[in-house]
Amino acid sequence: MTLAVFLTLAIASVVFALLMVLTKKPVHSVIFLLLTFFAIAGQYVLLNAQFLAVVHIIVYAGAVMVLFLFVLMLLNLNTEAEPRQTMRWKLAAALASGMLLLTLVGALRGGAQMPIPEQSDPHVGLVRNLGKVLFTDFVVPFEIAGILFLAAMVGAVLLAKRELR
Amino acid sequence: MLDVVRSVPIDYYLWLSCALFCIGVFGVLIRRNMLVALMCIELMLNAVNLLLAAFSTYLSDAQGQILVFFIMVVAAAEAAVGLGILVMIFRNTRTTDIYALDKLRN
Repeated sequence: MTLAVFLTLAIASVVFALLMVLTKKPVHSVIFLLLTFFAIAGQYVLLNAQFLAVVHIIVYAGAVMVLFLFVLMLLNLNTEAEPRQTMRWKLAAALASGMLLLTLVGALRGGAQMPIPEQSDPHVGLVRNLGKVLFTDFVVPFEIAGILFLAAMVGAVLLAKRELR
Repeated sequence: MLDVVRSVPIDYYLWLSCALFCIGVFGVLIRRNMLVALMCIELMLNAVNLLLAAFSTYLSDAQGQILVFFIMVVAAAEAAVGLGILVMIFRNTRTTDIYALDKLRN
């Protein structure tokens, strides 16, 4: 049962990711990437990481993809077709990424023989537990993340602003 | 309750993450639109996030999920700044073709 759910979500995410890469119009790419993100959120739920699933939906589907769609509409990119790569370049790219996949799978195949504990703690991904870890062991990185967000916000406003004359 | 640790081997998560990462690399290589290239980078980050969450659950260690949280923070900041740069490039060159930006090549 769990394996069937996992396989369904995995196949869905891989198919949607491939469609995102191969489709022609940028707006279709955005929609397929959104579907991929929903499949990945399903994987998080399956992994019993509820906090991550909710944050993933909010951050990616709610914020990042809306930002992408907004820029897409703002630049009006959907009218003219995107210039295509040559066939030779596409073949070379497929070969290169396929060989990367082969290398990664081959290198990691024996790597997962680490001892997995039989009795796993089902509460590890809940908000209560993660919040405790985040605000005790990881307070300093958390604050630094806030400073990073402030810098990113100032930078984005400064970059996208029209020059004042 | 579904028990993923007992019924799905961790290797499956490794392979799924590798596949998603390589699809992201493939997309960066074949697409010429800057916006789609940024989206493929997001896909690669998500592949790594999924693997970190999987190992965190299998080993019952919360630190992996905290790391995923911080990666999401950095990815959101990266998307905001990247799209700001993209808007500025579009305003100056009127295109989002990656090949419009080869001025630094020898």
